[in-house]
Amino acid sequence: MSRRKLREKIFHFFAFSFSWLSVLVLLLLVWSILRDGLHVLKPHFFTSFPSRFAAKAGIYAPLIGSLWVMTLTAIISIPIGVSTALYFEEYAPKNRFADLLQINIATLAGMPAIIYGLMSLAVFVRYLGFERSVLSASLCMSLLVLPTIIIAAQGSIRAVPINLREAAFALGARRYQVVFGQVLPAAVPGIMTGIILALSRAMGEAAPLILLGALSYVAFVPKSIMDSYTVLPVQIFNWVGRPQEAFHDLAAGAIIVLIVFLFALNFGAVIIRSRFQRYK
Amino acid sequence: MTILETNSLSIWYGEKQAINNVSVKIAKHKVMAIIGPSGCGKSTLLRTFNRMNDFVPDMRVQGEVLFQGKDIFSRKIDPVEIRRRIGMVFQRPNPFPKSVRANIVWGPKVNGYTGDMNELVESSLKRAALWDEVKDRLDDSALNLSGGQQQRLCIARAIAMQPEIILMDEPCSALDPRATSRIEDLIGELRSSYTIVIVTHNMQQAARVSNELLFFYDGELIESGETKKIFTNPAKARTQDYITGRFG
Repeated sequence: MSRRKLREKIFHFFAFSFSWLSVLVLLLLVWSILRDGLHVLKPHFFTSFPSRFAAKAGIYAPLIGSLWVMTLTAIISIPIGVSTALYFEEYAPKNRFADLLQINIATLAGMPAIIYGLMSLAVFVRYLGFERSVLSASLCMSLLVLPTIIIAAQGSIRAVPINLREAAFALGARRYQVVFGQVLPAAVPGIMTGIILALSRAMGEAAPLILLGALSYVAFVPKSIMDSYTVLPVQIFNWVGRPQEAFHDLAAGAIIVLIVFLFALNFGAVIIRSRFQRYK
Repeated sequence: MTILETNSLSIWYGEKQAINNVSVKIAKHKVMAIIGPSGCGKSTLLRTFNRMNDFVPDMRVQGEVLFQGKDIFSRKIDPVEIRRRIGMVFQRPNPFPKSVRANIVWGPKVNGYTGDMNELVESSLKRAALWDEVKDRLDDSALNLSGGQQQRLCIARAIAMQPEIILMDEPCSALDPRATSRIEDLIGELRSSYTIVIVTHNMQQAARVSNELLFFYDGELIESGETKKIFTNPAKARTQDYITGRFG
């Protein structure tokens, strides 16, 4: 066998084994969670509040809390993120100041979530007086996901071919018409992917919300955005910290619910993408 | 009658001068071809006519471009208005990733056209000699059409705006010979209703489709006049060299 052919084989082998290694680890994790958690997924698990007794405890409060926080986060962050990206790509002058902002956004995307939690505690909870509410949590989560959404949206807006824009401008369209009529629809699939990735990350985030008062004993569900709340990852964190084995199984159950949630989010994104890519 | 003219027009991209002191007159309902080697400024000139150059950062214009006697670079003129009245067809077919019908309708719609859209779609496609091929699939994606059909769709899209001038920037350079000859036939039919300015690399094409010719070299207008006359009896040596294929 020639030397180059041998190298090719070796490279192929490594690429193959490392990619399957990560799949294997993932499968192991999923299997161990399913093994521990599947048996707790009974109807009362979804409709009960947390309890001192593992057999009675459920995820009603954190489930509804997560829904509140994620919905509000999406409502706040998507319009702001997409508009910011559009402004940067379509309107902002390309100068040093824009570059500076850009670098800062990229840096923010890599910031530890706990920093956002501390800042939100100071600004939203204390200074603005929103207390430890769904609103404070959602604002914090919005800050957390915004850089990711902006960067992803900018990428997909930039990837819209220049000749599509030219075609639209040459027909006497105003810039906003070009943006909303051609550029944005063409960029939606990519933007959606970014949004889903960002929201998925926020959905599994516990640390900043512990600071923002996501309680673990919540015997009620939020009725408004000013109510207190808890979310799934905080509940999981709490249950995992208990010494009793039974609570660990509850945590596994809650993790399964969280994973199903994420799958649903991603599936929704796939549907939206395919709708927008009807003409391809 | 002159519909479009430039007076001592010069254009710079940053430090680089792309057009140098060019004065031309373009007659109504004629086909004007612009020829010359790559980088001679012919596309720049074309894109100046509908102010598509505005999008190039640090582009600078000196001199005048008069469209029906009015300077299109005057402050009072809205470039969007110019683009409504002067259509453009690009080098690569660039239909919108939408249905055939939506491609035709989009321009008129964003410009507030209130007439009968179905009629507009049909008449535009007929004028672009595409109707018979697409009439049964108006709701299919325009991207499923062949390259030549896509380019005729782009012409139909420009026609739907009822422009006075249609600018074509090497419209056949991405097409095969058959599709090219269909577009050339189409240009011949369109000149009775529109003024057409076409940039081309292909000298035979310029000879076949145009009434008048501009020959550019290095940002300067070397020769202009009737196509027939330039091809049979060019006044300048450089024109002679170019059309006989000695350079370019």
